[in-house]
Amino acid sequence: MTSLSTPRRLAASRDETQAGALLWLLLALLVLAVLLPLAAILGQAMLAADGSFAGLAPLRDTLAQPGLARAAGGSLQVALATTALVLPLAYGYAAALTRVALPGRGLFRLLALLPLLAPSLLPGISLVYLFGHQGLLKSWFADGSIYGFAGIVLGEAFYTFPHALMILLTALAVGDARLYEAARTLGAGPLRRFATITLPATRYGLVSAAMVVFTLVVTDFGVAKVIGGQYPVLAVEAYKQVIGQQNFPRGAVIGLLLLLPALLSFAVDRWLQRRQGTQVSARAQPLQPLRQPLVRLLALLYCSAVGGALLVLLGTAIAAAFIQQWPYQLGFTLQHFDFDLVDGGGWLAFANSLKLALYTALAGTVLVFLGAWGSSKLRTAGTAGQLLHALAMLPMAVPGLVLGLGYIFFFNHAANPLHGLYGTLAILVLCSVAHFYTTAHMTARTALAQLDGDFEPVAASLKVPLWRTLWRVTLPTCLPAVLDIARYFFVSAMTTVSAVIFLYTPDTVLAAVAVLNMDDAGDTAAAAAMATLIVASSGAACLLFALLSHWLLARSQRWRHPL
Amino acid sequence: MLTPRTLLAAVLATTSLAALADTTLTVYTALEADQLKAYQQKFEQEYPDVKLRWVRDSTGIITAKLLAEKANPQADVVMGVAASSLLVLEKEGMLQPYAPKNVARLSKAYVDDSNPPAWVGMDVWGAAICFNTVEAAKQGLKKPESWKDLLKPEYKGKIVMPNPASSGTGYFDVTAWLTLFGEKEGWSYMDKLHQNIAQYTHSGSKPCKQAAAGEFPIGIAFEYRAAKLKDGGAPIDVVFPKEGLGWDVEATAILKGTRNLAAARSLADWSASQSANELYEKNFAIVAMPGIAKPNPHIPADYEKRLVKQDLRWSAANRDRILAEWTRRYDNKSEPK
Repeated sequence: MTSLSTPRRLAASRDETQAGALLWLLLALLVLAVLLPLAAILGQAMLAADGSFAGLAPLRDTLAQPGLARAAGGSLQVALATTALVLPLAYGYAAALTRVALPGRGLFRLLALLPLLAPSLLPGISLVYLFGHQGLLKSWFADGSIYGFAGIVLGEAFYTFPHALMILLTALAVGDARLYEAARTLGAGPLRRFATITLPATRYGLVSAAMVVFTLVVTDFGVAKVIGGQYPVLAVEAYKQVIGQQNFPRGAVIGLLLLLPALLSFAVDRWLQRRQGTQVSARAQPLQPLRQPLVRLLALLYCSAVGGALLVLLGTAIAAAFIQQWPYQLGFTLQHFDFDLVDGGGWLAFANSLKLALYTALAGTVLVFLGAWGSSKLRTAGTAGQLLHALAMLPMAVPGLVLGLGYIFFFNHAANPLHGLYGTLAILVLCSVAHFYTTAHMTARTALAQLDGDFEPVAASLKVPLWRTLWRVTLPTCLPAVLDIARYFFVSAMTTVSAVIFLYTPDTVLAAVAVLNMDDAGDTAAAAAMATLIVASSGAACLLFALLSHWLLARSQRWRHPL
Repeated sequence: MLTPRTLLAAVLATTSLAALADTTLTVYTALEADQLKAYQQKFEQEYPDVKLRWVRDSTGIITAKLLAEKANPQADVVMGVAASSLLVLEKEGMLQPYAPKNVARLSKAYVDDSNPPAWVGMDVWGAAICFNTVEAAKQGLKKPESWKDLLKPEYKGKIVMPNPASSGTGYFDVTAWLTLFGEKEGWSYMDKLHQNIAQYTHSGSKPCKQAAAGEFPIGIAFEYRAAKLKDGGAPIDVVFPKEGLGWDVEATAILKGTRNLAAARSLADWSASQSANELYEKNFAIVAMPGIAKPNPHIPADYEKRLVKQDLRWSAANRDRILAEWTRRYDNKSEPK
């Protein structure tokens, strides 16, 4: 910018100062919602059971518990087994979707993403109905062996499959046809081509997917709680210490342990992102999907089998919600939706969850978009922008369980002026926005990066206020991403249990928590019914967002081409 | 006659009534979800100015929560929590003693013996085994008649029981075995039983619900849930093991430091009243007020005599020690299956 434009810059700078202040405000909010609760956990982990300072003694004591070592071992085993199971399954599925001219590709993609609509407790419930002692397929797992290791791994596989798939789809989507061409000319068979071209080109995606699956399994407790039987895992142990025995320091120590795999995977992921980069050169030829009839048939069969298995796991719990009394009275009934006589909070919990999802989607989308916009488009973003971007990456590395614990320690402290938030729906919204911030922030940044950085300076030089540029240009162009963010927040808030399990009160009880409590009390059918309601509403929300996006795009197109 | 004193009394009465207007009491409870509604309706009908807000969970969790909140109690009243837990709270000085209006009409055995009492019993709940007859026939299992029967190898992996750390029902099972068989024999009984247990559940109701659904053929539970499920058509037999049954008293107490003392007393009064006992009677064979209970087709007439002779004070005083030992032996040692 030259000195000639100085007066114009002065004219625009009032907006920019405002925007800069807003950025600092957003930064303060993130510090409050993410950083301070985490610091509170660290502090709490150094307290004795009676609240006095004990240094590293609680850490030592907790680590010395024989139960903890077993739980850590159990978590490690199920996480490794799930990763080993999900990775090849998802890789094959992603390859079929990206590299083969698969009939019904869109349908198969949707099918594989269905698990995202359900709380992680749902696959556990389905597995009981499928492979439990009264299960339809009980002979597959003799003598109730589904309770424990096998059940946890299968349930987690369902829960983590879409997460792995999304990463692998991206990794497999690009490739250089010339390499395959050359390999074929040199006489390399399909296996050799896969081992020397496809696999190396997607290794970063594979590592990234493996880390995500591993971390999700270690930090999830929904599956293990329902189907884990007596199999010990860390996440359930943390839950038991805090909810069952109200031993907060010990819960904090286990929470810190749960943070380790997440931090590790976060670090590996960052490192990979730096190493990646030049996978596809400018002269690369786009891949042509394979069209051989045999390959297409095999891919179709494979995707039908994997997608079908996911559908069965989802469908079983939904079907169970409508059966009178499995396995003795198989008539159709709606009685399990009458939640009055079972634990969990019933329809109030469902209404609360809808509210939470709605508020989280609204507040989260506004905050995330403003933060991403400010930190990437604002000339005056400076330190605040960098700090905000760095802090926005942090929630990805913090398991929900740990974040929830941090919220207890931070907000339930008598000295905290925000103490009044504790036990309200507002704190649940704050926690959910913080919990799912990173993915939303990344989506917003990606969308914003596609816009030319010249828009703001040009608009400023035309004396168009910054806010109007944001409202008239930036936001409409990013609308698909904004709707994506809102949908992501809505569905995540609807299905999550891990962060909110420590924060709800009888007045703010949530649907996914109700599923857990109903199952705990032995009311499995009611739990299935509540899980069904969650799936139905997150499904409906996705549909609604898709329609809205369609309609708004049509409208914004019209706005872009006025008569 | 309108003396200044009666005037003053009248004024005081109206102000205290005004103070009661629409108080919301936070009540911690371990009562079953399907009992709460009837109790709440009846109470709010008789005391329209007081609203109840329940915080419900299993006995162990409610107890742990109350202890954790000792410095800053969130509950006004605890209702329907095991007396062995309330005795722990009493020892910590957390209860506000109060003699409800009707306390003289209640059986002394089920009311705290200090004066005024720290807690007042509502009803007694005791052990029972739910035995799924359909699954038993399929798997060729014989009906157990005693606790010792449960050790038979044929029941391996067929039995579920509540975790005593979280469930009051689980805890009185353990204390009853320690009372019946003695400390040493009791633990060795549980060592062997552990070999046959498929799962320890969080709640005391779940084992019987799982037995009723045939998921596990034998559930160690309590008589209310068993009778209720049998009434609902579940294919179960309710077994009362012949050595004797563990039991505890569901009781009500006021938390010291409640800001709603007058309303809390109303709930304590109601909890000891005849109309409340008539509601308890629908769920339990033994209620605190004599002469109210009616026979239940699923529960034997001599039920009260089958309860083990055990001292709730001992159960309370040894709660920490017993649960630590139990957790050390079985919870931490539960092997991956």
